[in-house]
Amino acid sequence: MVNTQKTSSDNESRYCLGIESTADDFGVGIVNFDGDILTNTVDSYVPMEGGIHPREAARHHAEVASKVLCRALTDANIKVRDLTCIAFSMGPGLGPCLRTGATVARALASYLQIPLVGVNHSIAHIEIGKLKTGAVDPVTLYVSGGNTMVTAFESKRYRVFGETLDIALGNCLDVFARHVGLKNQRGLPFGAAVEQLALKGKNFIPLPYVVKGMDLSLSGLLTAATMQLQRGNCTLEDVCYSLQEHAFSMVAEVTERALAHTEKKEVLLTGGVAANKRLQAMLEAIAEEHNVRFNVVPQKFATDNGAMIAWTGSLAYTYGIVTPIEESYVKLRWRVDKVDVPWMN
Amino acid sequence: MDELNQSVLLKKGAEASLYLSNWYGRKAVIKIRDPKKYRPIVLDRQIRSYRTIHEAQLLHQAKVAGVASPLIYRVNVSEATIVMEYIEGVQVKQYLSRVSKTECERVCLRIGELIGKLHRENLIHGDLTTSNMLIANDDVDNQGKIFLVDFGLGEKSVELEAKGVDLHLLKRALQSTHFAFWESCFKDIFMGYRLVVGVELAEKVYEKIIEIEKRGRYVEERKQL
Repeated sequence: MVNTQKTSSDNESRYCLGIESTADDFGVGIVNFDGDILTNTVDSYVPMEGGIHPREAARHHAEVASKVLCRALTDANIKVRDLTCIAFSMGPGLGPCLRTGATVARALASYLQIPLVGVNHSIAHIEIGKLKTGAVDPVTLYVSGGNTMVTAFESKRYRVFGETLDIALGNCLDVFARHVGLKNQRGLPFGAAVEQLALKGKNFIPLPYVVKGMDLSLSGLLTAATMQLQRGNCTLEDVCYSLQEHAFSMVAEVTERALAHTEKKEVLLTGGVAANKRLQAMLEAIAEEHNVRFNVVPQKFATDNGAMIAWTGSLAYTYGIVTPIEESYVKLRWRVDKVDVPWMN
Repeated sequence: MDELNQSVLLKKGAEASLYLSNWYGRKAVIKIRDPKKYRPIVLDRQIRSYRTIHEAQLLHQAKVAGVASPLIYRVNVSEATIVMEYIEGVQVKQYLSRVSKTECERVCLRIGELIGKLHRENLIHGDLTTSNMLIANDDVDNQGKIFLVDFGLGEKSVELEAKGVDLHLLKRALQSTHFAFWESCFKDIFMGYRLVVGVELAEKVYEKIIEIEKRGRYVEERKQL
């Protein structure tokens, strides 16, 4: 591994374009190596009904790819020839979606004859959170539709201190919302719909609270919440409220345990569910009690986006990490603790 | 609590605070499960009292099963406190990272035996980490004995799933704390475990652990359909 770190003035004129396509969002971001985000363009696939259909999402991505790319380049006001490298999310995620993004990235990199950098999507969520909040070495709670984990940097890698044993937090909220008949609306994710309803909830209904060591389980909670509603004698608002309180208390407890264990001085909340105000308040309370700094990623960068891939790609490239095209297979189950992060040392 | 007046804070953990105190002339630890402001009062009370009861029960049942654990002096469910014996010793977490390979093997084997003794009686610890295991080094009869503490997430269960999760969590804890040599640690622990529970149960639990791992998210070993 070669350290090719340049001075800051060089970094300003070096650009990385990042492509994000792990699930329902197709995003393109462009950053310079100083961490200024020139553009963060995204186009989301919205299913007619039900959850994300991987093949349909991939079809969407293929259809909008060139449009989103053009818009990003116009936005950033730079030419493709100015790009230093192309980064793409190599995993974890949905196969067909990942492959679509990867194809676009490979084509660009080989056409422009510039290096390709495969980025771990989970690490990108952590890195964009750090970039945007100024956190340096935090305990990170990363909660989204596909991920629920508590990580912290320890000896070369982001180690997973706690994670879900089954479904992800965002997934739990999404499935619940769909099951109770909430409709998918552009601009209002299911999680936000549940959050709004929860604000009107008054009665606390006991549901399963499952923390096992540092890990947690949400599938039983999801089943119990939906059954509670079927059984009647309680309102949707009350169930939304109780579901959130239970699920968030669980991730909050695990985060607190990781904080006590690692003795780090910062907490970072990132990923799509980070937009939830109630979850933010819980983590803030924990941070306050342990006398550590609380950070939350800005809403714009909470959900999947290309800028986080571009930024992480620029970090990796600075430390000599490139992905030869012939080795750029997507990794559907690429765990965060399998990746070295040399820029953290 | 009056005892708190002359107590020293030993450790403020995530879930509870430990105070060093005196119990009628004996060194004692007061474990207080602090109320958490971030969660609803009903849920908070439920979690704290539930875990206090379970911890006290399991601390006792562990001894019956042949596993050393601190003596309980007093339990107060409504305040979520337990007063227990103070164990003079070091955490296995610190111990393992400074001893020789042979000593590490010996301790891991012994830990496996202890977990086996618990599981044989259907006792699930619920939070097996090397921070929750102490090696006593007082100068009386406890010398070198391994104590298990922190049974707050424990339960009594006959299910294979519970045993599998218990060991899976230990494996995960080893991976994040002793990443350099976790594999050999876990191998030795499982060897000790098998010695106690017998080959038949050990095999079943082992298969269960693999099943649990595959259930997790983004596990490479998970078969694709």
